[in-house]
Amino acid sequence: MTNVMEVYNLLPKTNCKECGKSTCMAFAVDLLARKVKVDDCSPIKNENQYIENYQKLTDLFKTSDDVSEAGLIVHEEKCTGCGNCVVACPVNVSHDPKGVALGKAPKSNKVILRVIDGVVKSSNVHECRRFGEEKILCNACIVTCPNKAIEFV
Amino acid sequence: MVIFLRNKYSVCPGCSLLCDDIEIEMKGTEIDKANNACIKGVSRIKDTKKLESKIDGNEVNQDEAIFKAAELLQNANNPLIFGLDNSTTEAQLEAIKLAKLISATIDDNSSFCQGPIVNAILKNELKTCTLDDVRDYADVLVFWGADPSNSHPRLNSKYAYYPRGKERQRGWDEDRTAIAIDVRESSSSVLCKDNFYQIPPRSDGELMTALSSAFSGKMPKVSFDIETQRILKLSNILKKAKYGVIFAGLGLTYSQTGIETIKNFLTELNTYSNFHLIPMVGHYNMRGFNQALYNETGYVNRVKFVKNESGNLDIKHGLQYSVLEQLNNKEPDTVLIIGTDPFTSMPHSVAKKLKEVPTIIIDPCETLTEKIADVVIRSAKSGIECGGNAIRIDGTCVELVPIINSGCLCDEHIICKIMEEI
Ligand code: SF4
Repeated sequence: MTNVMEVYNLLPKTNCKECGKSTCMAFAVDLLARKVKVDDCSPIKNENQYIENYQKLTDLFKTSDDVSEAGLIVHEEKCTGCGNCVVACPVNVSHDPKGVALGKAPKSNKVILRVIDGVVKSSNVHECRRFGEEKILCNACIVTCPNKAIEFV
Repeated sequence: MVIFLRNKYSVCPGCSLLCDDIEIEMKGTEIDKANNACIKGVSRIKDTKKLESKIDGNEVNQDEAIFKAAELLQNANNPLIFGLDNSTTEAQLEAIKLAKLISATIDDNSSFCQGPIVNAILKNELKTCTLDDVRDYADVLVFWGADPSNSHPRLNSKYAYYPRGKERQRGWDEDRTAIAIDVRESSSSVLCKDNFYQIPPRSDGELMTALSSAFSGKMPKVSFDIETQRILKLSNILKKAKYGVIFAGLGLTYSQTGIETIKNFLTELNTYSNFHLIPMVGHYNMRGFNQALYNETGYVNRVKFVKNESGNLDIKHGLQYSVLEQLNNKEPDTVLIIGTDPFTSMPHSVAKKLKEVPTIIIDPCETLTEKIADVVIRSAKSGIECGGNAIRIDGTCVELVPIINSGCLCDEHIICKIMEEI
């Protein structure tokens, strides 16, 4: 899982404030929270000396279909569909106390994680505890995965 | 192809958990998605490739193959029937009838798997419980020589570690402790974090003795490298468990020559605590075979039916009737293999002996063993193309309802037809 220091180390670390933040560290924190984009840092985007780091950061934060808005990535090739994350996710448990909370098939459409055809898929990610202003660093789905198939960026 | 009107949920025959909450999505007459099943179950459920029966490697129609199989079995003096762990209980009962009819030896994979433990459970010599009890009550789980994340992928999410249960309402991190004891790190041991105890191969018995000493307040001693404090910590967790469950994997069973040490350890542990044991049987209906043969003969495997002088059947049982001994000693003169693949599950030195005897296979899938088989009869996939009953890892009977009807005969009916021919 990417942490704020890793992101910070890839930034120019000049505290130039062009992005509107007071420090590169503040920008790194907001980048992790997905409040800003890599391209909002104009030096890293435009200056040749940062070209490698720009590439690394864009790879980390690429907005493909695989990465949900909460920054959740499921490495499908590692997922065995065991469903540990589905049952351990506290949001799933509170939304579906008669289904996934008991280890059974989901009975609610509000669940964040469910196993479709052998692989875990996410939906309703705005419900994830790592999403939005009030977010907390919940890691229930990460620590219960036997194959490190879930990651948050 | 007919699609059955099903309950909302289907049962997965991918392993002996027999998960009963699978949601099937159809595309026309094909199974498109099997939701809630793990990847192992999905590949089992969705593989409905049509294959043909064969005689000497040439495709034939099924009736010809059945006729040839009946002829070979009828002419055999010492036939062996092996497999049946991926068949319904109904098919297993027919195979036992066939074994009686032709005075055959009958054995299954439990012969070199969890047979001894299942035998002790059926004889009430080991305390056990159901998976539903595990979900509702278990506070301490021990995966001993077992790696359910790979062998039974949904065990932890559906029953053991993560679900909420009647007396386990607060979530796994507060309510349950999971322990792994194994010779190496595995996808299951990583879930147990600090409660993973790595021990050298075959030292399981020694650890049990050390734990027993610790239970009674003595200093535990072992010859391998592990801190005494860790053994004391483990013994404390085990002693304080309100409802403990040991999931006994093949690693534990293979580390022992008998199961006396395991039995004694459980008895000792239960003078302080409340522990149960569930054997991690693999194939979806291995326990069904053990139960069916036990009900008929008093033995879970390794049985030979012999007609005595007065025309009645004698039941013989012993190591010499195990499939491995039979093949090693070149005893059988015809072998019928049902729903299993010796070339992937047995040492090659033993499996290759099959090349020297007429071999008949009943299987829905292509197997390595069929390359050397004289007759291959294609059957329907049980639980997917045909129904029946099966016995789950914990001894609970589960009904399998077919999802599609491919028109293929199931192994139960194939065995009946062979008996009619004979
Ligand atoms: S755990 Fe076993 S029974 Fe359950 S879905 Fe996976 S293969 Fe099927």
